[in-house]
Amino acid sequence: MNQSAQALAAHPTLVTETRPAARQTVVAANANVKLKVQDLHKSYAEHQVLKGVSLNARNGDVISLIGASGSGKSTLLRCINFLEQPDAGVITLDGISIEMRQGRSGTQAPHQAQLQNLRTRLSMVFQHFNLWSHMTVMENICMAPRRVLGVSAAQAQERARMYLDKVGLPGRVADQYPAFLSGGQQQRVAIARALAMEPEIILFDEPTSALDPELVGEVLKVIQTLAEEGRTMLMVTHEMGFARQVSSQVLFLHQGRVEEQGGAEILDQPNSERLQQFLSNRLK
Amino acid sequence: MIELIQQYGLAYLFTDGQGFSGVAMTLWLFIISVTLGFFLSIPLAIARVSEHFWVRWPVELYTYLFRGTPLYIQLLICYTGLYSLQVVQDNAMLNQFLRNALNCTLLAFVLNTCAYTVEIFAGAIRNIPHGEIEAARAYGLHGWRLNMFVVIPAALRRSLPAYSNEMILMLHATSLAFTATVADILKIARDANAETFLTFQAFGIAALLYMLLSFALVGLFRLAEHRWMRFLAPTRG
Repeated sequence: MNQSAQALAAHPTLVTETRPAARQTVVAANANVKLKVQDLHKSYAEHQVLKGVSLNARNGDVISLIGASGSGKSTLLRCINFLEQPDAGVITLDGISIEMRQGRSGTQAPHQAQLQNLRTRLSMVFQHFNLWSHMTVMENICMAPRRVLGVSAAQAQERARMYLDKVGLPGRVADQYPAFLSGGQQQRVAIARALAMEPEIILFDEPTSALDPELVGEVLKVIQTLAEEGRTMLMVTHEMGFARQVSSQVLFLHQGRVEEQGGAEILDQPNSERLQQFLSNRLK
Repeated sequence: MIELIQQYGLAYLFTDGQGFSGVAMTLWLFIISVTLGFFLSIPLAIARVSEHFWVRWPVELYTYLFRGTPLYIQLLICYTGLYSLQVVQDNAMLNQFLRNALNCTLLAFVLNTCAYTVEIFAGAIRNIPHGEIEAARAYGLHGWRLNMFVVIPAALRRSLPAYSNEMILMLHATSLAFTATVADILKIARDANAETFLTFQAFGIAALLYMLLSFALVGLFRLAEHRWMRFLAPTRG
């Protein structure tokens, strides 16, 4: 478990007594912030999805983003690597903020070189896996390391085998196409693909939501192993039990705002009425 | 019949004494058209699906023109129409190029098959699941790398069945070349017919040759589909 999470767990009074906003400033004061998201706004036409969301991820943090559907948690994750353009806000990685430039059509666009750099350092795992269906498992895993990072073919394959092993897949799946694998296997390949980039942060966008219930466990087990290794991860999830187990921070989003934030214990002792409602609505 | 084959057999297959003819010429027309058409159509297909109007629009106009008019008319325009223009005759290079019937024919064929191929590839690009493109972006692929390593390979594989169809149609369309005096299979058949009046046999041999060529082409594409479309197998049932 992460140090700060332990610290929070050791002082439950501190957690329950501090208001979310105040706690956030405590975290921000912490020097080793890896990824910082400040005051992110995003709207689609009239609909405001994010109304000023901030978060700080330190090295080794596992941050779970929870909330009802439509609360903006997936959008938040997708804004971090600019799959969605945020309308306002700052993303800072290792103290360097992504510059936003005025695009031709008047919209904000990130500085291209910085964006590419960011994307090679953050890997994403998608709800629907999004494996390249025309490539074998091996080709899927080797693609970005080879074509983006410039790793040699032999080295990329070696990496791929290592990470396939790590996600618990036998070497023989390497030559298969994704469509021949089960959902759980596909998602584990997607995790291996993310790992092969040797990213500093992994973003999980509802990694188990598209899986049959009996396949969820195998994927969660892999994610848990990664959490135990001290990898920095942001995870949008509906698996409350799992979030409680692995998270060092939990952010509860409601209508585009962080409604409540704290260690994993807020899932057992929610402060806000909304989180209480949200948790009690979920049959466990 | 024996005499016909003795007299024209070589011309049907390979040479009429003045140059390549028959199957050799048909294959030459076919291979040059589809090869040039293929390489031209890839960048054009990418332009065709561009989000920028001024990139997309000229390609749209081009495919609209060439798919909207009969190949025979395109061939006539390339073969006789262009050369009748004073501008063309005054330009040394154009004059040289368009004076050759084979060049004119190839020009018409390349432009025609390219227009159809652009639409086939562009359709395949649009059919790539959005999530796969998004994943490629998320992993830092963009611009030409995104096209080269993800979009084009995915689109080409998906377009194999439609593309094989276009290839067979193009093979048969090369039979229009005789109208521009190119000595393809049909031209030889017509010559043989005019000489011997064995109409059924003369054209029958031509039909048989086209059929064999198509058969070989279908076989090649079956192999290609087996190799490159295996990734779709479970969903195809």
